[in-house]
Amino acid sequence: MTPILTVDTLTKTFRMHHLDQTLHAFEGLSFTLAPGEFLLLSGPNGVGKSTLLRTLYRSYRAQAGHIWYEAPEGRIDLASAADIDIALLRRREIGFVTQFLTARPRVAAEEIVAEPLRLAGTAHQEALTEARRWLAAFGVKEDLWRAYPTTFSGGEQQKVNLARALILPQRLLLLDEPTASLDKNARAALVARLAELKASGVAMIGVFHHPGDVAHLIDREIPLAPKEVAHVAE
Amino acid sequence: MTLALDAPRLVQTQPLMVLSGVSKRYGPVVALDDVSAEVYPGEVLGIVGESGSGKSTFLRMMNLEELPDAGTYTLDLPDTPGNLFELDRFARRMLCATRIGIVYQNPHQGLLMRNSSSGNVAERLLIAGERRFAVLREKAGDALAASEFPLDRMDAPPIELSGGMQQRVQLAKAIALEPAVLLLDEPTTGLDVSVQALVLDTLKRLQRDRRITMVIVSHDLGVIRTMADRVMVMRRGQVVEQGLSDQIFQDPQHAYTQQLVHAKL
Repeated sequence: MTPILTVDTLTKTFRMHHLDQTLHAFEGLSFTLAPGEFLLLSGPNGVGKSTLLRTLYRSYRAQAGHIWYEAPEGRIDLASAADIDIALLRRREIGFVTQFLTARPRVAAEEIVAEPLRLAGTAHQEALTEARRWLAAFGVKEDLWRAYPTTFSGGEQQKVNLARALILPQRLLLLDEPTASLDKNARAALVARLAELKASGVAMIGVFHHPGDVAHLIDREIPLAPKEVAHVAE
Repeated sequence: MTLALDAPRLVQTQPLMVLSGVSKRYGPVVALDDVSAEVYPGEVLGIVGESGSGKSTFLRMMNLEELPDAGTYTLDLPDTPGNLFELDRFARRMLCATRIGIVYQNPHQGLLMRNSSSGNVAERLLIAGERRFAVLREKAGDALAASEFPLDRMDAPPIELSGGMQQRVQLAKAIALEPAVLLLDEPTTGLDVSVQALVLDTLKRLQRDRRITMVIVSHDLGVIRTMADRVMVMRRGQVVEQGLSDQIFQDPQHAYTQQLVHAKL
């Protein structure tokens, strides 16, 4: 099957101007990811796993190499594509799931979850109905749906975040420790949703604190080794 | 990094606003040095930079309040052909009154402080040719309601209102004619934090419900981070870096942007 993602000799460094220093996160990394494939990134803390996910999402800018992505319109390099195209892909088909919620003041949990659907053109009421379904699936109590998540506990915020991240069907999902700090039931709901998405052909690449949770989904593992990837130069 | 020339462009729509090669000097001071920007329909562009970086000057150019020494400006709208900087004064004034909305940091700049709030909003509708009193009042009321202004105060003059409410009147005036683009010049600077959050929330809601294209200028990185899809960083009249909002804040490339972001966090 044609890979949806072909990472080709990707290099990420951080230039820290105030220290006149460059931090090398990873160098010359290459791998592919096929539709429906689930790839686990492994390695000790600080090895560059999250950095890689953020570079693929373009929150970080790669210094060299390519991230070829098979969009319906054709092949595009996420490392160098126009910002406006990246923004479109993020709205439409590339999702990033983290344990951290960027809650906005005075916006209800159900509105936060419904937003990706609304941006995709779904009517308000319909989007809210779907949002409530997902909040329930992740075990967020009904009396919190209208409340503002800025004051929620870490675990509840994370559930809101997951519901928001997974409400739209994506083609590529980047998972940055989505199960960390979740209770058992929510974790089970998340893993069930990931299995469903994988079966429907969504490609996933992720970092997991407890890979055992998703062991049955993992197709391949990419170990990132510290000796190759983390050294300070200059 | 270079763009692969044969790569497809996914976004097929034209940018709504294109400013190209805009330069402006005030005597020996270079306020804008060959600044260009593109804004796509429905997106929010944030412009950050310290005082004197040229960000507000650039916004005034977008509002056709000031003309550059060089550069072009086009809006992808029916009946607005060519370089807008070359339009005569009347045409410029008409265009910015009917198609461009602006909210200034200082409400005195945007409002007649002793006229009624509803009258301030209705002024835009009058310019567009509306003369029926009942329609003027209804539409002014709609715009004020969309700006989450309490309608029982719609006849109060802005001078009697709080800073946050004055900004809502400016906002209502700016959106009364459903502008193609909404320009925001430090819209929450000087408001206390809770009022600032409420005004930003109103702007976010407008953006989500109406997909209004916005350009927001602020020295407050928190405001830009909350509002903007893309960010342009200006310094000494030049654009030093631009990118998606999360990239600018998480992985700033330029030394100046790093300094700005580190100062904030």
